[in-house]
Amino acid sequence: MISLKDKDIISILDFTKEEILYILEISGRMEKEACPDILKGKILANLFFEPSTRTRLSFEAAMKRLGGQVIGFDELGTTSTVKGESLRDSVKIIEGYCDIIVLRHFLEGASRLTADSVGIPVVNAGDGASQHPTQTFVDLYAIKKAKSDIENLSVGFLGDLKYGRTAHSLAYALSHFNADMYFISPPSLRMPKDYIEELEIRNVSYQEVESISEVSDKLDILYCTRIQKERFAEPVEYEKVKGLYKLSKSVMDGLKVKDDLKILHPLPRVDEMDESLDETEYAMYFQQAHSGIPVREALLATVLGVIQ
Amino acid sequence: MKKLEVSAIKEGTVIDQIANKSTFKVANILNIQKIKQVVLIGFNLSSKKLGKKGIIKIGGKLLTQEEVNKIALIAPDAKVNIIKNSEVVKKFTVNIPDIIEEFMKCFNPNCVSNHQNILSKFHVINKNPIRIRCHYCERHMGADDIELV
Repeated sequence: MISLKDKDIISILDFTKEEILYILEISGRMEKEACPDILKGKILANLFFEPSTRTRLSFEAAMKRLGGQVIGFDELGTTSTVKGESLRDSVKIIEGYCDIIVLRHFLEGASRLTADSVGIPVVNAGDGASQHPTQTFVDLYAIKKAKSDIENLSVGFLGDLKYGRTAHSLAYALSHFNADMYFISPPSLRMPKDYIEELEIRNVSYQEVESISEVSDKLDILYCTRIQKERFAEPVEYEKVKGLYKLSKSVMDGLKVKDDLKILHPLPRVDEMDESLDETEYAMYFQQAHSGIPVREALLATVLGVIQ
Repeated sequence: MKKLEVSAIKEGTVIDQIANKSTFKVANILNIQKIKQVVLIGFNLSSKKLGKKGIIKIGGKLLTQEEVNKIALIAPDAKVNIIKNSEVVKKFTVNIPDIIEEFMKCFNPNCVSNHQNILSKFHVINKNPIRIRCHYCERHMGADDIELV
């Protein structure tokens, strides 16, 4: 029997295939059934050392829909960090106020440090350019809804694969499901060597290309990512690559693709997807965004031990 | 009789076959500056296997396998002899541990381990060639990325 009680959600690498499938199954149940009281009396602390409205609100909504309460902050300036307090000390104190910590931080590995420091479950809501595992569960759930099954799919990853942490985590997760992966990006934004190495250890079949037209006919899923201005140290470098890949209805009409291709995107979008794409059968990203609540409900309920 | 390039010791530990360029790094990891007994360090010595090699002899101190494993990342070919009464009583090679803590720095400047007062920690994912993963940021490092602290 699978139990995720007290498990930290830090990196998708920590999850087995069976655990991933279990979370997707519970997410499906959460979407169908309302469970307004199962987290009554539980408190979630949203510790956002870096701003993110969408992720923070989705955790808050998920917790409240299950009857729990939420405390927290979303601005570094209001915390003891500005007084020089270490992250470890901060979270050890906050641990006494809540039952679960959701953390977003600008330093990579901050969530792992938090999980090592406290005795309650910790959820990584994104740390630096590293992983963003709860978004990955949302992405997997959307893929499962679109394709019924997540085994043996051909998945294209388009855009910023260097800094796009959702692409990194999703590639790791799909390595459990015999996916053929196509990494479509300019040379300067390729999937980092570390991630390629992990995929090779897992015997994943992958191909790196610069143009979507080289592989478009093979894809079941196209996972688009935003080119993130905030991750570039040099504005000149950002200007060179922004807008390099722009999907629109007319671009899709000109590409050879499968009829049932679905396009996903973790959102927000900037230049990479035109609104004309929204009216096509390919667009799946708004349904994907709506999956954020049942998936986060499932994650909270399982690690807090109310669903076994 | 072959003349030793670095004098023999009666009792202690001899670490031989150290890659020449790593000799002083090994000395640093073993914290040799703090050892009160005699320490002899040989450098640029000829070696059939390595071309040039380093050797460290520590009088009076018997290193354990665990202590010596700390040098495995930078001196994987090192051989350790424990000497008592001028005789070799134990020989061992270094083993790369599964987890490495303390004496290395993550090469990712944005890793939390470089900003908070914590010990670094790495998981060995491949021993030959060496590849390690930072416990915190999960970035991978190879032999060239290893920076000692």
